Amino acid sequence: METQSQLLMKEKTTKTTRMSGSEAVIQSLLREGTSIIFGYPGGAIMPIYDALHDHQKELHHVLTRHEQGALHAAEGYAKVTGKVGVCFATSGPGATNTVTGLANAMMDSTPVVLITGQVVSSLLGTDAFQETDVVGVTQPVTKWNYQVRRAEDIPAAIARAFYIARSGRPGPVVIDITKDAQINQLDFYYEPVKSIRSYTPEYPADLAQIEEAARLINLSKKPLALVGQGVIIGNAEKELLDFLEKSGIPAAWTLLGLSAVPSDHPLNVGMLGMHGNYGPNIKTNEADLIVAIGMRFDDRVTGDLSRYATNAKIIHMEIDPAEINKNVHADVPILGNVKKTLPLLTEKIVKNDHSDWLKEFEACQRVEYNRIIEKQLNPIEKGITMGEVVAKVSQAFDNDAIMVTDVGQHQMMGARYFKFKQSRSVVTSGGLGTMGFGLPAAMGAKLGAPDRQVCVFVGDGGLQMTIQELGTIYQTQIPVKIVLLNNNFLGMVRQWQELFFDKRYASTELINPDFQTIAKGYHIPSLKVSERQDLDEAIQKMVEADGPFLLEVIVEKEGNVFPMVPAGASVSDIRLE
Amino acid sequence: MTTQEKEEFTLSIYSENHVGLLNQITTVFTRRHINIESLTTSESAIAGIHKFTIVVFATADQIKKLAKQIEKRIDVLKVFVFRADEIIHQEIALYKVSTGSLLGGNEIEMLVRQYGARILEITPEYTVIEKTGHKNETQELFEKLEPYGVSQFVRSGRIAITKLKKELLESYLKKLETDAIQLN
Repeated sequence: METQSQLLMKEKTTKTTRMSGSEAVIQSLLREGTSIIFGYPGGAIMPIYDALHDHQKELHHVLTRHEQGALHAAEGYAKVTGKVGVCFATSGPGATNTVTGLANAMMDSTPVVLITGQVVSSLLGTDAFQETDVVGVTQPVTKWNYQVRRAEDIPAAIARAFYIARSGRPGPVVIDITKDAQINQLDFYYEPVKSIRSYTPEYPADLAQIEEAARLINLSKKPLALVGQGVIIGNAEKELLDFLEKSGIPAAWTLLGLSAVPSDHPLNVGMLGMHGNYGPNIKTNEADLIVAIGMRFDDRVTGDLSRYATNAKIIHMEIDPAEINKNVHADVPILGNVKKTLPLLTEKIVKNDHSDWLKEFEACQRVEYNRIIEKQLNPIEKGITMGEVVAKVSQAFDNDAIMVTDVGQHQMMGARYFKFKQSRSVVTSGGLGTMGFGLPAAMGAKLGAPDRQVCVFVGDGGLQMTIQELGTIYQTQIPVKIVLLNNNFLGMVRQWQELFFDKRYASTELINPDFQTIAKGYHIPSLKVSERQDLDEAIQKMVEADGPFLLEVIVEKEGNVFPMVPAGASVSDIRLE
Repeated sequence: MTTQEKEEFTLSIYSENHVGLLNQITTVFTRRHINIESLTTSESAIAGIHKFTIVVFATADQIKKLAKQIEKRIDVLKVFVFRADEIIHQEIALYKVSTGSLLGGNEIEMLVRQYGARILEITPEYTVIEKTGHKNETQELFEKLEPYGVSQFVRSGRIAITKLKKELLESYLKKLETDAIQLN
């Protein structure tokens, strides 16, 4: 039996065009539907930038201020559009600066293609100027990567990159192209990849498992659905609602599943996990059936696995076989894209109503409201809470903006108190928890969804990790609305220090610059609010601003996010204070 | 729980023959802190497809997850996991002894016969002995030869053949061709 390596060029049946490797990169990107690139030039990628210069009308390039920013912007773009985000970076430091972004995209299943320049192939392995083993460095944080050393391999490598990045469980792909491959000529011919022998992006649904899942659902008295990002990636929001509404199953969501179900849907019972809502956490251990839909039982969702969902059978609907039985044993695994498996399941279940069970969630919601939410949204203390800012901003945008967040307390507050009417409205760093993600991701989100308002919540810590992207925002006039929730602390770490380290605030207090002056330096209009009475008006100004805007709100210095499932504790041990 | 006990597993991994595949595969082990006891790699019977045979000690649960993570790599075709009783496996060992000690008595020759080994090469200075077998067998011969002076001893990684009637990879590839699992 003879086989053929998938990267070898097939027999050319169509006519080809003679061009440089760099032009081939641009032509390949255009054929994949790319219209925007986030990047940063440098020595080893100059030929590609030179070719790009002739295509400014079709390919908009956003010059970020750091390659990490380019990656996060591409992630933001990919999250709101569902398309592949595309980045350019040069060799060596340009490429290593992208590693955090790649790792973030890998964790959060975001389709990104990064093209890096590499030193000329004759210098590979010689410690040449700005040479790094990019394939080696990025291998653990990419879905696939490949080094191209010959111009004629460029179209096939890029076709493969796009196919891998967006199919199955999406993820980041790096194509490292040596400078000589960029310069040399080739006969260009482009054929999109439709399959790869060694790669099965989606498995067909197992009808016997669907039958069994339907049987369990029809028998269940206390079922709970866990909605993850797989629903959004699969564009399966309608299929999900059909399933939920027929089955009557209450739906809780993971951080990345947020906005798949509208906030005001009667079956939406709130967020799972460490800072999720009281009901969905506590009821996980009372449920007799868990229907996990496109989620991966992250430890921030499950807490102590030995005391997780102890009374429940588990139905796990998931596209990635490696996630089945990884953390939680699935009694009924349903491999496949939920877009296809959910309708099959919906068809088999009987119409049901779990209003008594839903009432138990409502009771939990009342407890949480009285103990936590009320104090956040209508505080009696002088200090402004993060929760009240988030809720007011959400309302000011008619609960229909795209919310981008950085990482930390404000992120959890955003997830808890921002409201959503449509899917693909949340861009946040979930699995990796990357501080510095928010600002650049917001730029990409706005460019991907120019007709929607994009509002990014950042803390004073995270903002300063990628604050230079204010320069990109100024240069390109991307109208993002930045809400800085400033407590002059690394708030989430400080919260843990307060609760678990005897209030020993080791290296968490920040002596900050004047963010208003910084915004002024970047010519970005801004306002600072430290009194509650000024908040509404300032938010309104931000909403009405045509261009970018920074609203800085001085919030309560030592505010905490509750409820909280302490790390390693069971979801049943959720703390309300 | 029995799944928590460590056992010996042999993994047969088939991949495309691309640069860097070995690194992609071994990092899956490294990340989970599973030590590789033995590793052999070469082109498989099917041209263009590479085969890795890896022996590890791990729990059944660990190995199931590990195999899925390896199979998740784009260029990996298939991972098969076997317990010791499901395969026939061998390693090859080479021993270098001085020709003087070989000719000095009949002990070495006796050992070679007794252990089913053979003499590969004799020069005036040294003699090379070859033995195939399981690790304990090649090790035992080494220990027996040692008193007569072994100047070099090397052992290969494991190679293995399944006891199954069905050829797993071929049927997998055929299935790929016939099913042509429809992709987006």
